[in-house]
Amino acid sequence: MAASGIANRRVNVVQGSRRARLGLRTIGVGYLLLLLVIPVLMVFVKAFEDGIANAWETITSPEGMHAFWLTLVMVAVSVPLNTIFGVVCAIVLVRHKFRGKALINSLIDLPFAISPVVVGLALVLVFNQRDGWFGPWLAEQGIRVLFTPIGMVIATVFVSMPFVVREVVPVLQEIGDDQEQAARTLGANGWQTFWRVTLPSIRWGVTYGVVLSTARALGEFGAVAVVSGKISGVTETLPLYVSKQYETFNVSGAYAAAVVLALVGLATLFAMNLIERGGRRRDQAITNTGHAPTTGPSQGEETP
Amino acid sequence: MSSVGHIEAPPKRVRLPRFGGPALSRGFVVTYLSVLVLIPIAALAVRSTEDGWEGFWTAVSHPMAVDALVLTVLASLAVVLINAVMGTLIAWVLVRDDFPGKGILNSLIDLPFALPTIVAGLVLLALYGETGVLGIEGISFTIAGVILALLFVTLPFVIRAVQPTLMELDLEMEEAAASLGARPFTIVRRIILPNLAPAILGGSALAFARAVGEFGSVVLISGNIPGETQVASLFIYSRIESGDMSGATAVSVVLLAISVGILFCFHMINRWSTRHGR
Repeated sequence: MAASGIANRRVNVVQGSRRARLGLRTIGVGYLLLLLVIPVLMVFVKAFEDGIANAWETITSPEGMHAFWLTLVMVAVSVPLNTIFGVVCAIVLVRHKFRGKALINSLIDLPFAISPVVVGLALVLVFNQRDGWFGPWLAEQGIRVLFTPIGMVIATVFVSMPFVVREVVPVLQEIGDDQEQAARTLGANGWQTFWRVTLPSIRWGVTYGVVLSTARALGEFGAVAVVSGKISGVTETLPLYVSKQYETFNVSGAYAAAVVLALVGLATLFAMNLIERGGRRRDQAITNTGHAPTTGPSQGEETP
Repeated sequence: MSSVGHIEAPPKRVRLPRFGGPALSRGFVVTYLSVLVLIPIAALAVRSTEDGWEGFWTAVSHPMAVDALVLTVLASLAVVLINAVMGTLIAWVLVRDDFPGKGILNSLIDLPFALPTIVAGLVLLALYGETGVLGIEGISFTIAGVILALLFVTLPFVIRAVQPTLMELDLEMEEAAASLGARPFTIVRRIILPNLAPAILGGSALAFARAVGEFGSVVLISGNIPGETQVASLFIYSRIESGDMSGATAVSVVLLAISVGILFCFHMINRWSTRHGR
């Protein structure tokens, strides 16, 4: 690989001292082991400390199963919403010119900058039934938002909104609109161009964004904690269930439920790496041929 | 298919493919954003001024609120400083060094982004929660625990910002410096660090914004002790739970102002670095 070639040349230049290099490596790797790797491994140990029976019981209890399903519902509703919004918004931001674009562009990033608790509070101020902006009116229509899954979905959509947009925008900028224009001159209408030209070339970006928003939607804690009221078996998602188990001193149960979430996190990480590799192959294909391959195996294996 | 792509310059600019027509898609984006983001934020701003400036000031200057905000900013600053140093170091090791297991370590860096925050807190409690592990005092209910949690969730920011810049860095600059007699330390200080500065700053800004608002990973570790481990997000949460919306809103607005300010700085750093890059 090219990386090792660079590393070898490096030795002669900056890393003159082997001792310095080993020192830096020890510090860097040690830091990662102590902060990241060993603690994550410990969760698996802790989960089965009181035996597999207790761990299994915590996960499969009615509250646990309900939390698990509710979490899946959150993901199933919020991720498609944000994916559609994300793709449309990215196209609007990259391909359209209009006033107020800069404002939209900075609004997109806001959910990343706002504390989840603040998101929850803002939603409470809008939807509470006593003096919220929409709460009393919605209550008259018989719709309750706070302390119900509706509010929790809104909170989840809020915090996971930017992921797809942020992943798709750079891809759209990079591919340019040559192919889209060509498709149009050949008589394709807007939908056809979108499905046959735009979507295939942004699919890695979209997938990466979907993976990130799924991870966030599964794990959201702060905003959902505020909005849901944390009612066991009703509005309790898996992260809320983990924290309740910990607070009620079922520590190993908490770790057992956390293991479920940690496995999902690891799966997400794995998916991220796979997609990144796919995306890199696409990038190389672009530099090799000047165009993104839309179908078939790519020629990314050749190295410069 | 590929022959479609070879038209070099279209003779005339055709209308771009627009998803459902420009007005429709633009309207959808604006409505979605307004309902979801703008209205809740506006509600927050309006509520904070409801009791007038006096009311806002009374709520914010409450000793517990001040403690929480000061603690948040100080802890986040400490976290960002450690991140800037360790993140740059780790990025350097991952790019320039080579050792078995590097690939796996590199892909594990993103784990804090993939792991639910409540699990992040539990993960650290699992190893450092009790006394006697590795000779370190138990970190639960201490500020050290809060800082550790923040370090965990902000780990990828600086590393992932510095890595690509370091990979693109022209080796010939360093070779030239070395051939002119510069010692490794001088090369790092005079050539590598100045080139990495925008990336380090950008990553640090994002890490700071994240640390300031972090909730899930600190909630179990901190013990929520006012004036000691109660950071701003925890303060807001306990105010909401006790029904004191004015207190919660006032501190939220301050927190919001800090993170929006940081985000603005980040955009500025980005613009500056693209203008001065290469």
